[in-house]
Amino acid sequence: MPFIPHTQEDITEMLASIGADSIETLFDEIPSDLKSGQLTKVPPGLSEMEITRLMMERANQDGFYQNFIGAGAYEHHIPAAVWQITTRGEFYSSYTPYQAEASQGTLQLLYEYQTMMASLTGMDVSNASMYDGATALAEAVLMAVRSHKTSRRILMPETVHPVYKKVVRAIVGNQKIDIVELPFCTEAGRILPESLDNDDFAALVIPQPNFFGVLEQVDELTDWAHSKNMFAIGVVNPVSLALLTPPGEWGEKGADIAVGEGQPLGIPLSSGGPYFGFMACKNNLIRQIPGRIIGRTNDLDGKPGFVLTLQAREQHIRRSKATSNICTNQGLMVTAATIFMSLLGPTGLRRVAEHSHANTVSLVEKLEKIPGVERAFSSPFFHETALKLAKPVDKVLSELKNKGILGGLNLQTLYPEMENTLLICATETKTAADIQNCVEHFAQALK
Amino acid sequence: MLIFEHARPGRRNYSQAPENAADTSGIPEQYLRKKQPLLPEVSEMDTVRHYTRLSQKNFSIDTEFYPLGSCTMKYNPRACNALAMLPQYIGRHPLAPEDTGQGFMACLHDLQEILKDVTGMAGISLAPMAGAQGELIGVMMIRAYHESRGDFERTEIIVPDAAHGTNPATAVMCGFKVVEIATDKKGNVDIDALKAAVGPQTAGLMLTNPSTLGVFEENVTEMSRIVHEAGGLLYYDGANLNAVLGKVKPGDMGFDVIHINLHKTFSTPHGGGGPGSAPVGVSKRLLPFIPIPFVKFENGQYDWVTEKEVPQTIGRLSAHMGNAGVLLRAYVYVRLLGRDGMHRIAEFATLNANYLMAELKKAGFEIAYPTRRASHEFIVTLKNVKEKTGITAMNLAKRLLDKGFHAPTTYFPILVPECLLIEPAETESKQTLDAFVTAMKEILAEIQEQPDLVKNAPHTMPLRKLDDVKAARELDLCWKPED
Repeated sequence: MPFIPHTQEDITEMLASIGADSIETLFDEIPSDLKSGQLTKVPPGLSEMEITRLMMERANQDGFYQNFIGAGAYEHHIPAAVWQITTRGEFYSSYTPYQAEASQGTLQLLYEYQTMMASLTGMDVSNASMYDGATALAEAVLMAVRSHKTSRRILMPETVHPVYKKVVRAIVGNQKIDIVELPFCTEAGRILPESLDNDDFAALVIPQPNFFGVLEQVDELTDWAHSKNMFAIGVVNPVSLALLTPPGEWGEKGADIAVGEGQPLGIPLSSGGPYFGFMACKNNLIRQIPGRIIGRTNDLDGKPGFVLTLQAREQHIRRSKATSNICTNQGLMVTAATIFMSLLGPTGLRRVAEHSHANTVSLVEKLEKIPGVERAFSSPFFHETALKLAKPVDKVLSELKNKGILGGLNLQTLYPEMENTLLICATETKTAADIQNCVEHFAQALK
Repeated sequence: MLIFEHARPGRRNYSQAPENAADTSGIPEQYLRKKQPLLPEVSEMDTVRHYTRLSQKNFSIDTEFYPLGSCTMKYNPRACNALAMLPQYIGRHPLAPEDTGQGFMACLHDLQEILKDVTGMAGISLAPMAGAQGELIGVMMIRAYHESRGDFERTEIIVPDAAHGTNPATAVMCGFKVVEIATDKKGNVDIDALKAAVGPQTAGLMLTNPSTLGVFEENVTEMSRIVHEAGGLLYYDGANLNAVLGKVKPGDMGFDVIHINLHKTFSTPHGGGGPGSAPVGVSKRLLPFIPIPFVKFENGQYDWVTEKEVPQTIGRLSAHMGNAGVLLRAYVYVRLLGRDGMHRIAEFATLNANYLMAELKKAGFEIAYPTRRASHEFIVTLKNVKEKTGITAMNLAKRLLDKGFHAPTTYFPILVPECLLIEPAETESKQTLDAFVTAMKEILAEIQEQPDLVKNAPHTMPLRKLDDVKAARELDLCWKPED
């Protein structure tokens, strides 16, 4: 019996103690007409050796590719120590730290995470994580609406990740909140602050870099939002923040809320998850932030320790009046991210950001020399950008795939009006030889 | 000591990032960060030591019995993690073309089919990333269903008072008013209260079965009839599915939509608070609203199902494919257990719970619903102990830590005073349960003989009892260098 330790003798003794003659008797309160139980589609069990064979065969079927896709999930080097420590049973198989005295490991780690994340984003406080970047943005929208006394409208640039926008609409859609799209300048690939003339909004969402990898004029956008009595919500890439101005320092007063996808901080691409979302804010919004928050306090002897705090905001206390229905965070992912940030440190993370930028610049400069390739936008970018191709993008990508290269994302799949436009990214994981190889195959495919 | 206190300016790990700066002249000065972030400057060895030591301050399933009620803290097989982390799976970009992920998608499709079978539902979406998100999606579908029929009058969701806090919080996030109904003396939902609550305003009922009181809703068929006749739909909160897996299917109980907590019933790790994963199952009438993406198999090819094929879908609830790696772990788990193993889950979880309940009752503990069978969990109440001695459920919980056991869930469900919700899970041996009973007996004796020992517990943890009030009043959420 896999993972059932009971011997026949144990079972007999246990039933005798209960006073039942069989295990089946223990289900006698379930109406008999409901009992079905036949599981016809569940195959017979496999041994660990057999399931290992199956999972390896399927993994080999998928194989390995040189990846130049970004679009919200980025390949970075992950130190071996990150997942070796993260998957220690004490982190892997514990639960939400309700019993603080028996969970100081997780609690202290989360406090350290909050400290790192608040500093990285330039904010006062961070929560202990959300599900992913998209749901973190949805929660930020809800938070802005709760805090803004008069407006339930949100200004959402088209340069925000298109799937994030869909998720936001799905989650806040039943709460009478208007999401108003803000068009971008198709030459610059970003929002033009001078074009803004909107009023009566609770918040402006500001992506940095935006979905095209382009740098938005965050100082002007933040100041404009504040001049109109709106909150500024920054959606940022955490690796970029080792190099770029953090949202907390945008413009005169800084953005009010910062959210984003935590995956670049030591989380593998993993076909899409699990990742984690981060959320940080200024002190004045702290009681509106959703999710778990860890605080430092003292024990009976005055020694410092850590507990879940501000729980009065949460569903298990406030039920229908909670700030969100959220219960879990992405604890294990945050464990990995905290160890990752410790191993990289401020300089290491900055080097990763710099080299990711420089590699993408190098890739783009080489690709531009190929006839039939030009930049889609004139603005500076971080580690990803859009290119116009003279041939259909799908055809080019398909030829590259046959050479073992995933050459980027066809932007038309998300922006139907953007024909023959490719989104491409080269992080620090790509060598000069990788980039050269990629460029040569692009040249072949575009002939 | 915090990781920041191990740091020294200029210390770096040269193996982990490029040593020298790269050219960033392509980024105008105005966009560049001026002051470096407060990340620790520590060696790789310091980092490994620090976090290894921190891990040792945690209780976990791998180190202690962890009978946290309603959380299903069963053994997480190591193979599930090892095989989900094969380099091809973790290296794959979520937007990589489908033909480079056929092996991965085959696992997801198999899992969908298996979950359909064990729940008796018509369709499964693997998208939700946690139980609370599964609930949100389920209630969104209920709303979408009524609205698609032009029925905009259904503004209420009914929730029993024993429900998890996520149920009412979810209903409110979906724009519904919450109507709470009472529990009767036997621990079932009060049928008269339900009858009085339903009407043309009823959108649906959210029910956990077996309930958080650790008992099976004996009148579930009648409840299903009452709600359906009023035009409402039934939501099954799968938090306690472990108790009935392979015995009863939610689809057969009349539920229209369910969520399954894979981190409970399918043994994916709890990870110190996540990631969870909560696929939703739907009945035929809710199929048009199912969230995307999910996997289809046609003409020998696995593909993502998108808005094009499900135009009425309530949409996407994550940037990519939910918590994909958690789904792989659950898949490995079901394949290891197989059909017979699936049936054994509920059987041995129930055997363990009823045995522990019988033994604790013999030891002198008061059981909240003594005439009922335990499901996979049950409630002990210290109401009388507290009246006589002042010792609370929390005191006893903390004293259990001293004896090497994680505490059961305390003060939930809210309607039983001074309660401990105890869920042993099927992977624990009789010998572990006996040791737990011994510890509980010792504490009962201590309550009489040395009440202060219990009142001031814990004594053997890295820290003594922590001050929650100070934590909330004098907020300290981030370390500052001047601290």
